[in-house]
Formats: sequence, structure tokens, C-alpha cells
Amino acid sequence: MQKILNGNEAIAFAMKQINPDVVAAYPITPSTTIPEKFSEFVANGEVETEFVPVESEHSAMSACIGAAAAGGRAMTATASQGLALMHEVLVNASGLRLPIVLANANRALSAPLSIHGDHSDSLLERDSGWIQFFASSPQEAYDLTIQAFPIAEHEKVRLPVMVCFDGFETSHLSTNIEILSDTAVKKFIGKKKMDDSLFDFENPKTFGGYTTPDYFFEVKRGQAEGFESAKKVILEVGKKFGKKYSQPIEQFETADAEIILAVIGSAFGAAKETAKNLRRLGKKIGVIKIRTFRPFPSEAILQTVGKAKKIGILDRMVPLGSDGGVLFNEINSALSSTNYKPQTTNWIYGIGQRQFNPIHAEEIFGQLFSGKFEKINFVNLRG
Amino acid sequence: MNFMPNLKTASLNPKLIAGGHRLCPGCGLGVIVKQILSVTTDPVIVVNATGCLEICTSAFPQTSWRTPWIHSLFENTAAVASGIDAARKAFERKNKLAGKAKKMKIIAFAGDGGTYDIGLQALSGAIERGTDFTFVCLDNEGYMNTGYQRSSASPLGAATSTSPAGKILAGKQTARKDILAIVAAHHLPYAAQATPANHLDLMRKAKKAIDTKGPSFLNVFSPCPTNWKSASSVGMEICKRAVETNFWPLVEIENGKWKINYQPKNRLPIAEFLKEQKRFKHLFKKEGSESQKRLQIEVDERWQNLLQLAEIS
Repeated sequence: MQKILNGNEAIAFAMKQINPDVVAAYPITPSTTIPEKFSEFVANGEVETEFVPVESEHSAMSACIGAAAAGGRAMTATASQGLALMHEVLVNASGLRLPIVLANANRALSAPLSIHGDHSDSLLERDSGWIQFFASSPQEAYDLTIQAFPIAEHEKVRLPVMVCFDGFETSHLSTNIEILSDTAVKKFIGKKKMDDSLFDFENPKTFGGYTTPDYFFEVKRGQAEGFESAKKVILEVGKKFGKKYSQPIEQFETADAEIILAVIGSAFGAAKETAKNLRRLGKKIGVIKIRTFRPFPSEAILQTVGKAKKIGILDRMVPLGSDGGVLFNEINSALSSTNYKPQTTNWIYGIGQRQFNPIHAEEIFGQLFSGKFEKINFVNLRG
Repeated sequence: MNFMPNLKTASLNPKLIAGGHRLCPGCGLGVIVKQILSVTTDPVIVVNATGCLEICTSAFPQTSWRTPWIHSLFENTAAVASGIDAARKAFERKNKLAGKAKKMKIIAFAGDGGTYDIGLQALSGAIERGTDFTFVCLDNEGYMNTGYQRSSASPLGAATSTSPAGKILAGKQTARKDILAIVAAHHLPYAAQATPANHLDLMRKAKKAIDTKGPSFLNVFSPCPTNWKSASSVGMEICKRAVETNFWPLVEIENGKWKINYQPKNRLPIAEFLKEQKRFKHLFKKEGSESQKRLQIEVDERWQNLLQLAEIS
């Protein structure tokens, strides 16, 4: 079944089909239409969810914590400053091992104020203990939202999941989306197990107690193990959802590629288009897209980029005082465990929604071929 | 709601907090929590802000709580309670609540920092949204768990570790925030102020608050011998003097009506409240006498305002 929806509507629609117990959200551009759309579903009785119109994003995630600790399915949507305001609570939610699902429409962080897209918000939260997916289209945003709960609630995972998608480029892009039937979604996500719940008065439990140096480390190590297990569970759930999701990354023509671009998010479209065109001219180039960013899919990346001489790594955040962007450092870290040493370069693009079109991807490929590049390069920057 | 607390009955109710905890001798927190939880036989979920009560009752792998309990952060207690309440409503709608869970009550405990200061926004939001819970502020007038830094609940003149009594400043220079009036301005069904020394009054108010449908608020005066620098044996006496000096009036606000529950026949001078606590000792010296005067004026003015409010109601 197909439906024309933009990214935000697709996520709101997925949320409707999930019918979570609690949605707590606060408006922020460009994710606002998710809670707007969802409150329509609530107002019209199309979901049984309790919608909590909180007074801040900090309280949005806090209410999700309360609801999830009670044994409910809890969701929220946010972006940018909202995600940054949630930071403390994000870390708390993951430490409590609560399977909350959050949709984040990637947007730049102030100052200066920008309501437009880049990845600096969600990448700042890469170590907050959340599984992070980066969707590159409204379709993926929908698909990943449906997959989120079975992954988050898996007994060996028990981690919250953040579905990231590009503000405006994806959140406001209307496309034809393949949607599942309500029954199929219901079946796919199943019933939540109520093994730990605040509502269990027969076996009362203490959630979020204080730990001394004797225990804290072990608890954190437990979270890290959750991420190890998540690698497998994400693929199992993904495979069940559809063949496309049987890998944590997506690739285009990498098998014999000499030059590969690595991207996150919607830029995959422009990069793939360009590669397609240049392939026709006989250029051996390919593209990989990292869909699962946490846990980071090092193995899948290494298997895919194995023959390339050069890898252009695209980061949609500005490294401030670091020798490279987040994705650049992650991929270099993955490469450091092998003897295979391609030349890696960093390409900073799309900051505060600076345009990134096939023409810019072509420029990057061109520079990589000609050898005219620095370690860190700024794409489509004036001056 | 004509509940009159019966100590015999209350003593037979389930003890939701165990005696084994790490609170200081003479601390008011354990006494207050026990008194509040003793008035109900309904199942209770406790939401606890970061602070002494949380640290001293939950050190992993032990717990003092015989009832479902959650601590998330310092400032988000009311929002967490809001989420629990939302889950309850959704579960009711989906027919997923069984047995005695249907009668559950949500009680949040936070200190004055988690109420007056860092937790104020979340509290305001949760009350405005009509969260069905009781929020209890355990007011010991400062950040005690970190060594008594001043909060907006610290009284004028109090020497704290961030408003020390020095050569030119005699302790805290500003008045306390009037949290009860702030909460009352939300037009919630029930709010009250109490002390553990006036235990029947506190228990009656606790019962009213817990049985109230929708948000309710209790501001309870909680002695902290460690940081007030008072003997651990005189906490309840200090509570009584706080009431007799009109520093801590016993009041309640039910559906917008203010009621003074106790009027001292002869209001004691504020010095009677201050003198057992070394945090105020400089107020009895030359450099602090002005602050003591100002505090007396503040207390009397606030009492007059209260009389008017009660009369208008």
C-alpha cells in the first residue's frame, strides 16, 4: 500500500500504527508537525495513546522515562536545541535501560541561530547510550521507526533508539511511501513484555538507585554489552522487515570502486546520483551510506570499502578543535584495525543547510581524482 | 474528605519505607516520609528527586523501599511523575491495569532545591497539565546533600556555604521565595503547608492530598541538624517554634480557598526560632541585628497577607 507523506508525516503515521502508550513532546522546528499530526490522531480517537504536551524537551524525555519505567511504550520527537536540552535525560534514559523511541529531525545548533539542517545535534549525542539510525529518505524514516521498538525492547539490548533524519530535506519532503497495514505493524512489533514495571506492586522494584564506585562501572559495562548484542538484533529485526535492512550500511557500486564517498543521511541521494552518472563515463567510484551509526558498523564498512584507494568521508558538522569530523574519525578508527590503508579525507558539507547537490558531489569526486584536496575540505563554502 | 488521622490505624498500615536507611540522626526526611506514607492503604509509586532522601535510601544493591520507587534526575521529578500518570491513563484505556494497580497513587518527593529552584519548571508544567499526583517538597531550606549551599528557600540572614556570614555580608541577603503562593497560582485542587512536629495536621493533609484527584502539593518543613548546626534532638522543637513564630504557618488551600489551620495566641519573636540554630548565630551579633529585624518584618508582613487571603477566601 502506498501513501504520499513527508518525513514527519511518515513518522507520525508509523507512530499511529505503533499505538504507543505515551507520546510526550514539545514543538520545535523542523519536527513540530510530528506531535501536531499525532495530536490529531489522539483528538480523533485513532490511537489509544496518552499525549503529554510537556513544557520542555527536558520534560518530554523525563515523561518518557516515567512511562517506560511503568512498562509502557513511550515515544517523542524533537530536533536541535530540543535534543540538546534533553541531553542529560537521554543519558539517564539509556542508563536506566529504558526502550524509548525518539525521532530527531537533524538541525543545526545555535549560535548563530539556524532552523536548518545539519547533523551537529544528533552527532553530539552519539555517546549518550542510544542506538542511532540515520534515515536518508521519508521511506527509511518510516521503516526504521517501525523497527525501533522490537530492537529497543529485545531482552539482550534494552536500549533506547533514536531515528535521525534530515530536517527539511527529509522531514518536509513528500514522497510516495510504501506503508504496512496496521495489522502487519501490530504483528511486527508484538506485545511489550512487562517484566520490569513500576506498576508491579507485588514485586516492587527500585529504579535508578544510587551506586558507589563498587557498582557503577559494572552497570556501564552492561550498557556496552547491550550495544554488542544490538549489532546482531538490529540485523535480525531488519532482515525480518525487509532485505534492504539486512545490513547496517547501504552501498552503491563499491565492489570495484577506487574512490568511495561515505555519507550519512539524505546526502546519499545526491552522492549516488553523481556516482551513477560518473560510472557511465567509466569512473570507478562508489558510495556507502552509514544507516546504523550506533552501534558503529565497523566490520560492514571494512568489508565494503576493501578495494578503494581513496575514501572521501562526508561530515555534516564542523569539527571544532578536532582533526576531523565525527564520521571521519569513526571510519579512520575502524581502518586502524586493519593493514588496509586507503587515503582518507574529510569533506564538510551542508552546514546549516548549505546546499549539497549532485554538482557538489561531483566536485568532491573531481578533486579526489585530481588530487587537489586537503585533509579537511569545506564544500560549497564562500571565500 | 473528613479524614482524621488515627495513629493506631496508621501504625498498622504497610510500612513502605524500611527503617534501615542512611539519613543523619535527627533528620526530618525519614519521619516526614513515614508519616505521609502511613495514611494510605492504596498502592503507592514513589518518584524521588536527587537529594539526601534518594541517596540515603537507594544505595545499590540495597533499598529501603518496599514500594515501586524511581529516581531519574534532580529537576525532572514532576515530569517523570507525569509520564507515569500518562502510562496509567493509557493502560486504563487499553484495559491493561489489573487488581490493586487500579487504585495506585503517585507521590513525588523533592527537596527545596528540586522544588523552588531547578525543579520549578517541571513542577509548574505537571500541575498545569493536571497530573494526578501528590508533590511533596521536603523543605530544609538549602542544598543539604552538597553541604548547605543557599537555595531560594533559604531564609534571609541564613549563613550557608554560598552565603556565608562575613565581615560585610551577614548571610543570605534576600528573602525566601513564597512557593506555596506560586503553586496556589496554578489553581490546583489542593495545596498545604505542614511540619512533622504537628504530625496529626501533616497526616490529615497528606491523606487529603493523596486522595485528591489531580495535582496536589505539600510543603513540609524538614529539620536538618547537620547543616542548621542544631542538636539532633531539637528538630521537632524547632519545627514547633517555626509555627509559633509564624515563620512557617500551617495553612491549606482547597479549591482556591485559603485556610489557616493554626493561629498562635501569642506570636513568639523570630529570635525564638533562630536561636537553636548556629546558622543564624551572627544574627544575634551587632553585624547581624539588622538582618534579624528585616526577617522579623518579613515574617510579620507575610502573616498579615495570609490573614487577608484567608479572610477573602
